[in-house]
Amino acid sequence: SEPIEIEDRLESLICRVGEKSTSSLESNLEGLAGVLEADLPNYKSKILRILCAVARLLPEKLTVYTTLVGLLNARNYNFGGEFVEAMIRQLKETLKNNLYSEAVYLVRFLSDLVNCHVIAAPSMVAMFENFVSVTQEEDVPQVRSDWFVYVVLSCLPWVGKELYEKKDVEMDRLLSQIEGYLKRRVKTHVPMLQVWTADKPHPQEEYLDCLWAQIQKLKKDRWQERHILRPYIAFDSVLCEALQHNLPPFTPPGHMPDAQYPMPRVIFRVFDYTDAPEGPVMPGSHSVERFVIEENLHCIIKTHWKERKTCAAQLLSYPGKNKIPLNYHIVEVIFGELFQLPSPPHIDVMYTTLLIELCKLQPGSLPQVLAQATEMLYMRLDTMNTTCIDRLINWFSHHLSNFQFRWSWDDWSDCLTVDLEKPKPKFVKEVLEKCMRLSYHQRIVDIVPPTFSALIPADPIFTYKYPDESACKTARHFVFFNAIKNRASNEEILTVLKEVPNPNQEDDDDEGESFNPLKIDVFLQTLLNLAAKSFSHSFSALGKFHEILKTLANSDEGKLHLLKVLYEVWRNHPQMIAVLVDKLIRTQVVDCAAVANWLFSQDMAHEFTRLFIWEILHSTIRKMNKHVQKIQKELEEAKDKLEKQQHKRDMDKNSEDEEGQLEEQIERLQEKVESAQSEQKNLFLVIFQRFIMLLTEHLVRCETGSVDISTPWYKNGIERLQQIFLMHHATIQQYMGTLENLLFTAELDHHILAVYQQFCALQL
Amino acid sequence: MSVKLNALNSDSYIDISQYRDQHFKGNRYDQEKLLKQSNTLYVGNLSFYTTEEQVHELFSKSGDVKRIIIGLDKIKKTACGFCFVEYYTRGDAEHAMRFINGTRLDDRIIRTDWDAGFKEGRQFGRGKSGGQVRDEYRQDYDPARGGYGKLAQQHRPTEVRNSF
Repeated sequence: SEPIEIEDRLESLICRVGEKSTSSLESNLEGLAGVLEADLPNYKSKILRILCAVARLLPEKLTVYTTLVGLLNARNYNFGGEFVEAMIRQLKETLKNNLYSEAVYLVRFLSDLVNCHVIAAPSMVAMFENFVSVTQEEDVPQVRSDWFVYVVLSCLPWVGKELYEKKDVEMDRLLSQIEGYLKRRVKTHVPMLQVWTADKPHPQEEYLDCLWAQIQKLKKDRWQERHILRPYIAFDSVLCEALQHNLPPFTPPGHMPDAQYPMPRVIFRVFDYTDAPEGPVMPGSHSVERFVIEENLHCIIKTHWKERKTCAAQLLSYPGKNKIPLNYHIVEVIFGELFQLPSPPHIDVMYTTLLIELCKLQPGSLPQVLAQATEMLYMRLDTMNTTCIDRLINWFSHHLSNFQFRWSWDDWSDCLTVDLEKPKPKFVKEVLEKCMRLSYHQRIVDIVPPTFSALIPADPIFTYKYPDESACKTARHFVFFNAIKNRASNEEILTVLKEVPNPNQEDDDDEGESFNPLKIDVFLQTLLNLAAKSFSHSFSALGKFHEILKTLANSDEGKLHLLKVLYEVWRNHPQMIAVLVDKLIRTQVVDCAAVANWLFSQDMAHEFTRLFIWEILHSTIRKMNKHVQKIQKELEEAKDKLEKQQHKRDMDKNSEDEEGQLEEQIERLQEKVESAQSEQKNLFLVIFQRFIMLLTEHLVRCETGSVDISTPWYKNGIERLQQIFLMHHATIQQYMGTLENLLFTAELDHHILAVYQQFCALQL
Repeated sequence: MSVKLNALNSDSYIDISQYRDQHFKGNRYDQEKLLKQSNTLYVGNLSFYTTEEQVHELFSKSGDVKRIIIGLDKIKKTACGFCFVEYYTRGDAEHAMRFINGTRLDDRIIRTDWDAGFKEGRQFGRGKSGGQVRDEYRQDYDPARGGYGKLAQQHRPTEVRNSF
């Protein structure tokens, strides 16, 4: 255990260098270099592994570690060489395993090693040249060449100056090649990824365009970059004595069909220098400082997201924080991640909790910046992507629930003067609904000014479908009420049910099996009313009468009507509707396609723009996806078992039976998988078909009436279609062929087809 | 080459706590094993008025909730300030430990902890008066948890009478 203790100590020493200390960073690095040099004879491979790992996993401390490697190389040339070789091996591994963001950090590390006299500049330029030559490849996805260009550009803030000093002709040629590539690349995907559709006040730039502009400006400034912390400058006299290594020629690995390159991004901007009036000036959107700050803050979140206190502390102790309006950068980066399309890098709730931690640590300044950002986001709701508005609703309501729902609602009274379907009043309405779910109805009434009463959510109480109280108390309801309440058996209830006439039929169906909407009305309403007290009561009721429900809903019409009745009695309590629909799917009373058809039905048209509809739809799709994944996993496990069994067969003659059983099981699972996938494909087809029908109807109506298509309803509809693609892109990829042949054909209105084309462009 | 560094792998919010259920049927090792695999969380410091719906809304933010069992006073059978939240997957429960534990529900900072798994009977408070043990002995006044602690309440009535 002694070696293990020493290895842990080495790990700890290396990981913690650069953190708050009584000594200066330089003296800590000097000291650590000495310790490591002394340990090289016995622990060289361990030290190599740790240093490679921090290069990959702690990019926010890049220059601290490159300096350390520089010092080690100056003391031990061979070690420097071995480290470079190990890094190249690691780079190949990360690329092979689709770990593209880590690969970026590795290349950036290598490029900063030029500044530390570990790697010779010409060999770095040669690697960059090989990367940029990928832009000449034909028949490869654009996202592949995008990545190689991104890597080169993103290293230049660190090493541009040094490379230009040594190899300006080659670098100019490189940049010119990049410029040519950027001009000819396709940017169909950009609208789908933008948080706002408007360009004012801040354009939502595509990430490569923004980085290019930043590098152009850096070049104009003669590569003078003042933000990056460069500890190696203090050691220049030692480092420039060191011998440099040449990077081995590095050929980028060829394109593989299963490669998953990173998706393109849009740079999120909500602040500029005018928004932080006091204190240090915020670097401009095309300054390289902005790029470096944002990059480092993203890296800190990536490293520490699981531990919110540490994450908040690390963000707030960003080196060089006194020269920038750090709180503004932090808030902007966090919202940038939260609103990222298709999806945030981490689970949404992490950002809520991280912001709360930050408010705790900086109570005198951060809450104000957050309020300012919220105000700005509210002001720009009209052009904000619907998916992003959803996330803003969820964040804001959850945030408020941690601060006694204190907010200056009066500041937003402008939203009361417009059509309530417009984005601003709609946003406030949905926020108040979510706030109510985390508290209770009267609380919401109390926290908003009386002028906001039109936006207050309905009191979430059960309402009978029949508006007339006496109609509810018909003999049938009364009989049911007693039958259910008195714990009649299922058979007894079915007997009573048999007597409910079927308005759809003349003759009495002896079996009582055909679709009878009245039976469903009476039974379900009574049951749900009795169980209305809580979710648990309702779940218990659905469980107890599961067989009856399945019988009543054993046709497509039956399922649809069941959902219709459910909605009608709980229409004031969308949360209850959602959890009941979830239960009905999980207990297989209704299937996913039935839910999709119900949500798109005419009866639900008036709710089409409400958030709870989409939450139910996406939850339904997710359940379908998880179901398919589960069976696929079972199939894989059975196949693995069979393989193992077949190896055993050679040794044990009796295992033939087991093999046979396994083969049967695999056949059954195979069928199950195919059936599940077929159901999944059908679900997406239903959803897309419905969208196309609804949206086309609107577009045609507007065209014939010469009316502007851009109504709030249309904006919601087209962006909800986009949202289906964005939220389930991995699954939908499998069905692209069918979608293109059956649905997204050239005959489609170009507005709708554009959404499909933008989606396809995401992975090209 | 994909080395994981212990120093960087900290995920302390999902560690199991010191608490062990004294009524657990099995030894310490069994209990700890279950805690480390569990999808169920104990949630404490709830208001007596916090509803299942509120718990569901909050805890759904870290994943799909399988079921919620509201803790009840053993005698009165009313909510007594705790509950269990069971998720379908461990990963979702871990997110709750990381991001919902220590935040507010119904204006109160709630606390989550791993639970070895719900068993019938565990939904009842174990304090002598029927509620949770912590409400037997606490000295402070908490209007959302029945006012003063049960022991303190036994002394209070005399004081109130004397004040008139």
